[in-house]
Amino acid sequence: MTVKVKFFASLKEQMGCDGATVEIGEVATAADIWLQASGGKALPPNVLVAVNMEYTDQNHAVKSGDEVAFFPPVTGG
Amino acid sequence: MKIVVDTTPLSPWEALAEYEREVVAPAHPGRYGAAATFVGTMRDFNEGDAVQGMFLEHYPGMTEKQLGLIADEAFGQWSLLDGLLLHRVGELKPSEPIVVVAVWSAHRKDAFEACRFIMEALKSRAPFWKREELHSGSRWVEKNSEGY
Repeated sequence: MTVKVKFFASLKEQMGCDGATVEIGEVATAADIWLQASGGKALPPNVLVAVNMEYTDQNHAVKSGDEVAFFPPVTGG
Repeated sequence: MKIVVDTTPLSPWEALAEYEREVVAPAHPGRYGAAATFVGTMRDFNEGDAVQGMFLEHYPGMTEKQLGLIADEAFGQWSLLDGLLLHRVGELKPSEPIVVVAVWSAHRKDAFEACRFIMEALKSRAPFWKREELHSGSRWVEKNSEGY
């Protein structure tokens, strides 16, 4: 399946890009998507995960066509 | 409730007056007895350092979605007539407004509590990120200050 990945803010700078398109097997979690998109880096402990613009956790099962985002704690307002 | 996330500089007091005059008053004539507002403005200092400017990044789409969910929760929890939420993104300078939250209700309890809730929920859930420009370079703000 194909999944769209996005990175934001300091994580985007650390990754050197704002996202990627990941091709992965039919059964995968957000953590699996991170591993593939990051080239095997460990998921930093404070990173937040969103699937299709809703907060979730790294164990969330991802479906084909999902948008999976990884970003640091939010600091708006 | 109207929600706008935009790079256009904010004029909070004009925006609040216009929204009340053009939207709230015609829809709820004589019904609102309270309006609570919060205006957040960029400081020129943070964590002991002088801050010259700021870049506010956001996640387009998710930001609006999360703010909409927060507004829905507020309208479910308190008796509110209308609300206005404006948030800047992009390049900002000190003294420029960053955020405006306003709610209108019949009584002050609902307005005060809902305004506070929306602001605190925005701080913890809306995907915005601040990068500060200092004399020595730039840095990402790692976490917000305590709200309570």
